[in-house]
Order: sequence, then structure tokens, then C-alpha cells
Amino acid sequence: MKQGISHLRRLEAESMYVMREVASSFANPVMLYSIGKDSSVMLHLALKAFYPSKPPFPLMHVDTTWKFRDMIAFRDETAARLGLKLLVHVNEDGVKRGINPFDSGSALHTQVMKTESLKQALDKYGFDAAFGGARRDEEKSRAKERIFSFRSATHAWDPKNQRPELWRAYNTRINKGESIRVFPLSNWTELDVWQYIMAENIPIVPLYFAKKRPIVERDGTLIMVDDDRMKLKNGEKVEERLVRFRTLGCYPLTGAIESEADTIEAIVAEMFTARTSERQGRLIDSDEKASMEKKKKEGYF
Amino acid sequence: MSAPAMTEADAAIPSLKAFLAAQEKKSLLRFLTCGSVDDGKSTLIGRLLYDSKLLFDDHLAALKRDSKQHGTTGGDIDFALLVDGLEAEREQGITIDVAYRFFATDKRKFIVADTPGHEQYTRNMATGASNSELAVVLVDARKGVLTQTRRHTYIASLLGIRHVVMVVNKMDLAGFSQEVFDRISTEFSEFASHLGFQSRVAIPISARFGDNVITRSDNTPWYHGPTLLGFLETVDVETSLADTPLRLPVQWVNRPNLDFRGYAGTIVGGRVRPGDRVAVAKSGRTTTVERLVTMDGDLEEATAGDAVTMTLRDEIDISRGDVLCAADSRPDVSDQFAAHLLWMAEEELLPGRQYILKLSTSTVPAQVTALKHKVDVNTLEQLAAKTLHLNEIGMVNVSLAQPLAFDSYRENRDMGGFVLIDRFTNATVGAGMIEFGLRRATNVHWQALDVNKDARAALKHQKPVVLWFTGLSGSGKSTIANLVERTLHAEGRHTYMLDGDNVRHGLNRDLGFTDADRVENIRRVAETARLFVDAGLIVLVSFISPFRSERRMARELMGEGEFIEVFVDTPLEVCVARDPKGLYAKARAGAIRNFTGIDSPYEPPENAELVVRTEDADPARNATAILSYLKANGYIV
Repeated sequence: MKQGISHLRRLEAESMYVMREVASSFANPVMLYSIGKDSSVMLHLALKAFYPSKPPFPLMHVDTTWKFRDMIAFRDETAARLGLKLLVHVNEDGVKRGINPFDSGSALHTQVMKTESLKQALDKYGFDAAFGGARRDEEKSRAKERIFSFRSATHAWDPKNQRPELWRAYNTRINKGESIRVFPLSNWTELDVWQYIMAENIPIVPLYFAKKRPIVERDGTLIMVDDDRMKLKNGEKVEERLVRFRTLGCYPLTGAIESEADTIEAIVAEMFTARTSERQGRLIDSDEKASMEKKKKEGYF
Repeated sequence: MSAPAMTEADAAIPSLKAFLAAQEKKSLLRFLTCGSVDDGKSTLIGRLLYDSKLLFDDHLAALKRDSKQHGTTGGDIDFALLVDGLEAEREQGITIDVAYRFFATDKRKFIVADTPGHEQYTRNMATGASNSELAVVLVDARKGVLTQTRRHTYIASLLGIRHVVMVVNKMDLAGFSQEVFDRISTEFSEFASHLGFQSRVAIPISARFGDNVITRSDNTPWYHGPTLLGFLETVDVETSLADTPLRLPVQWVNRPNLDFRGYAGTIVGGRVRPGDRVAVAKSGRTTTVERLVTMDGDLEEATAGDAVTMTLRDEIDISRGDVLCAADSRPDVSDQFAAHLLWMAEEELLPGRQYILKLSTSTVPAQVTALKHKVDVNTLEQLAAKTLHLNEIGMVNVSLAQPLAFDSYRENRDMGGFVLIDRFTNATVGAGMIEFGLRRATNVHWQALDVNKDARAALKHQKPVVLWFTGLSGSGKSTIANLVERTLHAEGRHTYMLDGDNVRHGLNRDLGFTDADRVENIRRVAETARLFVDAGLIVLVSFISPFRSERRMARELMGEGEFIEVFVDTPLEVCVARDPKGLYAKARAGAIRNFTGIDSPYEPPENAELVVRTEDADPARNATAILSYLKANGYIV
């Protein structure tokens, strides 16, 4: 808009609108908090949308037990600092079965400890709406998703039969057992997220900033040795390397990039020269063709 | 030239702050690509992303791999695969749902909605159009303007898009012929000139090879207009919503404690400052804006697009769905309006059926009361229609269960755009754009539609119904009916009793007791009862009405659920023993002919809603049972 509001303010306002619609239309919403930069932005927007009240829904983290230790510390510190209710769900059955990313493979680990675990948690608390921080610029099947994305009672997504979504007239109606996944950051790009973090001074996990970290190079990916559960293979050795992460997940499945960017400004500058997408560091996306769509149909966020 | 974002970024890193400030000031253009299937929409977007160097290396590697596997370009890079993100889309080489893509140049940021060309996915095209400011309509140079080209162009105009770029694609397959381009642009112009676009341009391109997409093509020396990206970067699409009257639909009431009551919502029109006079559209109450509260401190002014929390000077009743508006320029408030409706469901529109309507932050039951015409998308002709099928567009009147505040869609998309939702499946079945509100004074049909049975009944807080008491003479019909009516009346219900006494002495005094006269008697009583039901009353009919067929005739005169047959089942011996009016004695003596139960048959009901027995229950208990039935079935609350 010519004399109107800036690009970021427009995105901010759109996201706040979405969050307020959810608070008004659902009985039992929850915010899926994955601790990453997008979750940090999403949480910040929720604080703004409901100020001076606190967001009228809890945060929930689906913990695979393989997250970086820094992430868990940041999660607990954030919830305490803001005085928000935080639910943490672990698929105990998966833990008992000994599912882990090294031996089980990334596909099974993700299926059991993330997708199944998420469904368990949603069923356990009976949430009828769940916010996720996904953006349409991340991945091809995400680009197709609605802001209010309907899920059947079995949490399935039917991409070929999505509800038309016109204007801001979001259809929030569901029958018992069904739910809506809500993506308030749909129209944000990775660059928007970083610019906003910079403009608003939003706290993020230190892993995003470059630092010397213990790294093993495995299959061309730089894996950080975050704890002693990581066993070295023949010929592998741990090196201190100056790295940072563009995206955060389970540490054995998240590739680091070599970088000297240790401030937000430097990260944004680096973004302009980046030649790979942020999801490239995610080993789980490249398991099989159309793998994100497949996971989403099964209930993954 | 072809990598604007990159080159600028490289130069700008030393003065990153200044660069980011410039980024912040960039305007944002939201546009969609549409047109018929196979006209190359996805390819065009892929080309824009590729040529503006916005593809990451891993995306490019995946694209090259996919192109070999699914590509339709014989091993060359198939740009469509960049945007067709669903497995089914890549396999079939078509676009099913709208995909959103993001790119930026040094002049602008863009969000592009790539929409499907197949007619069956038109609703997804409409989804993309509803939030766009400009439409890029593609036409295949070899095929020219098709039905789907016209449909999409018409829907784009209907959804309020005022800028259209018609690109003639695949010019490489038409020998870059000026004649072909001119013919197609002329044909398109003839159609589109009636659709109220503010700007219309035509550009000859080849998305596959990049001609006139970002760089000017040597193959079209006869073309002197802008390239597609050049045009998108500079076209002025501003609609200054900030200069329209204030509209703030309330989303959520913010009450953290007893001392704070704020109204949270996004301003969809105008601007507001503390001290401004504002009105609540529906109630008409006015007050003054106190504060505009945000987490970053109070605002001095907020404008269209801002998400705010507003506090007011006076405590007045405001809840979600209310619209705070400029006190001197208010929206329409009505429970009827005329609108264009795009039907988006396999199951056809049923005028008269109740749907859920969502407009802005309000959700109300609604029905289409009249389908004035549907539109032939090829000729824009208005055709008579009884229903709308999937992807058809019509002009309708909509009646709401309660009044809403709205503007015409032309004035304000948020205040005039609505969706219809199926009550049972919860599917979004229709998208509507309000043309104008309907009022008594301006619309002849309004009265007929508005002050109807439902309206009259609503005023009385009851559901109109006929309680049809049937049974032998002396069975206790009138006694029970009287008790029921007395209780209803005491509760403030509006009732009327029809029985032999007040009908036989007036309306039906010309009728005797032959079978033919009995039938006519019941017909008149039933018709009268129907009028009273239409008036919104609970009607108690107490007639022997011995024949099933007449009772069925009476039942069929009423609407669904408006006829309750109450069989007062008292055996003949008991009635004869009671004989309150001495009629059985006279009949037995032959003084009365055709007396039911004596020399004329009584056909007991087979499926009465209620059967009451009077031998071992007193009439008060019978009446209570009937009243419970009325409550249990929602006739009275």
C-alpha cells in the first residue's frame, strides 16, 4: 500500500488476525512450539495479538528426546520467562522400543517420534486447533496448503480436496474429533522471518549463531556431536569447526553450515548470498520423493 | 540485469542497515496466474523464479532430476515442476490446487498464486484471486481465447481485481507472429472491456524460452510494450483503503482483568485516532475511542491493515461480530442483500435450504431466497436458472437469520465478501460478493419474503403448529385441548382453538353431517388452521374427524413438523357411558342420523404423534403429557 503499512507490518497484522480467529472460534486450541526461529516468531506474534492478555492457549512441544540440548534449555527458559503453560509430549512407546535416528533410520524415527507422537498428544488433550510455524516458501507441498488446513478425525490431510479459502473468511467449522492445523506464518519467507527477528529483537536459540562446535562429517553432512549417544563410525573424527544452523531439529538429522555469522545482521547478510535452501540441512526431507507431502498426509506438521 | 536481488545485496552488505531499510519500503504485489489448462501458468512462474536467480542450488538440482522423470519438455528443465508441488500434480502434469510462491526484485516483493486451469478446480482459482490485486491471464498462442480464459477473467473481475495482464504464451510455437498476437489481443479486449478493469495490457511471451518475461526478446521486434516483469514491477495497483470510512470488525474481546476491556480486530477500512467518535454498526450506539493498545505502546493512529486492540470511553455492549465504524459513515445493516454467488460444491445450490454464512467475523444461518439469474461465462448473458451447479455464477438474494453490518464488495472486500458453509459437511460451498442491501422500501419481494411464517413465529418465540385432536364424541378432546391452551396462554404463547362450537355456528353453518359435508367441514377447518399456522400461532383443533383420508389431507396442508395428531383414545363404551351432551342417547333412539360410532364409522389413527388415554388418567395429566411433547420437540422453549 502506498501510504499504508510496511511489508513486515502487513505480514504481522495478517498473522495476528489468524491467531485471533482461532482464539474466538475454537474451544481448545494449542500452539505447537518447536523451539526454532519460526516458532520464536510465531510466539512473539501471539504475545502481540492478545496483549495485554496472555495468549489464551498453551504451548506444546513434541519432544523426540533427540533435540539439541541448547534447544531444550531455551524452551524451558522461554516458557518460564513469559509465564506460559508448556506441555511436553514424548512418545514413551517409541522410547521403550528404542527408536532412535542412528539405528532406526531417519524415516522410522520421524514417523514414530514426531508424527505418531504428535497425533498421540493431540488426541490426549483433545485439541481442536493446532498452530504450526510452517511457511509456504519452505517446500513445494507446503506452498499448496491453506492457512486453515482441515484434518480428519485420523489427522489425515487430503491435499486434493482442500476447502476453498477466500479472503479472510476462514471456515473454522469442524465435527467432533476433526481438527484444523493453522499456519499463521504461511505468507512469510525465510528472509521475512530473519528481518522480523532483527527488527523486533526476538530471542532465538544460540545454535543459529556461528560458534566453534564439535563436528563430525558424515555422508557430506556436518553433524554436531551434542551428547555421547552419537557413536563414531570407522574413520570419523570429531573436529572443532566454526558452524551455525539455518534450521533446527533432531541433532543427528540436522546439518550445520560453515559460517562466521555470529550476529543477526551477519545472518541476514549471509542469506542474500545463500545458494541452498534452509531445508537442505534436513535429512528427513530427502528420504524419498514427495516425502513432505507423504508425511503431511499421515499427520506430520 | 537478471539478478537484481543478488547484485544489490552484494553491494549493500557493508551498509546492511540501509539496505534492509530499503527492503522494508518495498511495496508488495499479490497477483495470480490463471487461464486454461496447458497454457503454461506454472512454467511461467518457474521461469520468473529461475530468471530472477531466486532458485537455490538444491531446488535446481531437484528440478533437473524431476524434469528427466516427469518432465514434459523432453529432458530440458520443466519449470512447471517447480510449482506443481503435489505428487498427483507432478504425475499428471497438471495443477490441482493453488500454490503460493514468493520472489522479490530490487523494486518490489511479489506473492504469486499459481492457480489451476481445469474447470473442475475453478474454486481453487477463486481462492487465489480473492487475495490478489492483479491477474496474469495466459493464452496459448495456438489456441487463442478459450471458455476457461473467459471464465477466469470474469471471476477475476467479479472478485474485485482491477488490473489484468493478458500474456499470449508459446509465441515460439506461433512463429512470433504479430498477426497472431494482434488477433488474440483484440478478441480478449472485446470480452474484457465490459468487465470494469482499470488497466489492461497484452504481452507476447514464451515462458519456456524466456522471451519478454524478464528480458526483451529479439524475436518480437514489432512489440514495443513492457516485459512482463517490467510491468509487474511498476504497475500502480494502489487502492487506498485507508481513505475509506473506518471499519473495525471485532474479532475478540480482550479482558485480562476487570479494569481492562479492549476490542481486538484488524482495521479493514479507514483510519482511527484516540478521541474519534465511533459507532457500533448494529446497535447504533456511539462512543469515543480511548486508546489504541499494542505491546509496543499505544498508537497515535492506526490505519487499514493494522491489527489493533481498541478501548472505548463508554461501557457499551460489544461482542465478536460487531463492527466499529465511523459515526458519520456507517455500513449497511440488514438481514437481506443481493449478491453474486460462485458455487463451489458438487452438490448443487438449493434455494431455501439453510446454510451457514461467514462474513468477516460474523457467522449466521442464511438462505438463498431467490436466484435471479445465472451468468453464461462465454457471453456474460443472464440466463434463467433454478439452481447453481459447481463453478456456476449467479445473482442471488440472501436472507439472514439476523441482521449483519456490511458494505458492498466493490467498496470493501472484507465487509462485502462472504462464504457459505454446508451445515452438515462443514464444506465451504459458495463464495459471495455483496452488491447491495435490500430493504422494505426498495424491494417489492422483501415484504413477502421477510414477514413470513418464520418471522411471525420468531416474534412470538414459538414454532407454529397444529395440534389436531381426534377421537369419538365424548372422548375428552375439548376438555384436554382447553387445558393445554390455558397453560400455553398462561406461559405467554399465542394460540387459537378451533372446535365444533366456533366453526359449525359460523364458517360451516351451511354444512350438515353427510359424508360429503363432513369432508368439506374438515377441509375448511384444515385450511383455517393453515392460515393460523402461517400467522405463527399454535392452533388447537378439536374435531371428531373420523376419516383417515381427511386427517391426512389436513396433515399435508401443513409444512414438515407442523402437524401433530393427538388421538384421544377413549373406548366407545366409556364415551357412551359419559355421554356429556346426551347425544349417544339421542342417536341410539334414532333422533340423530350418521352419528360417529353408532351409524357412521370412526377410523382410528395408525401413526398419531400422540395417543392419550382418558379412562385411568385425569385430563390435567393428559394435558401435561402434550405440553411435555411440545417442549421436547422444540415447539416452545
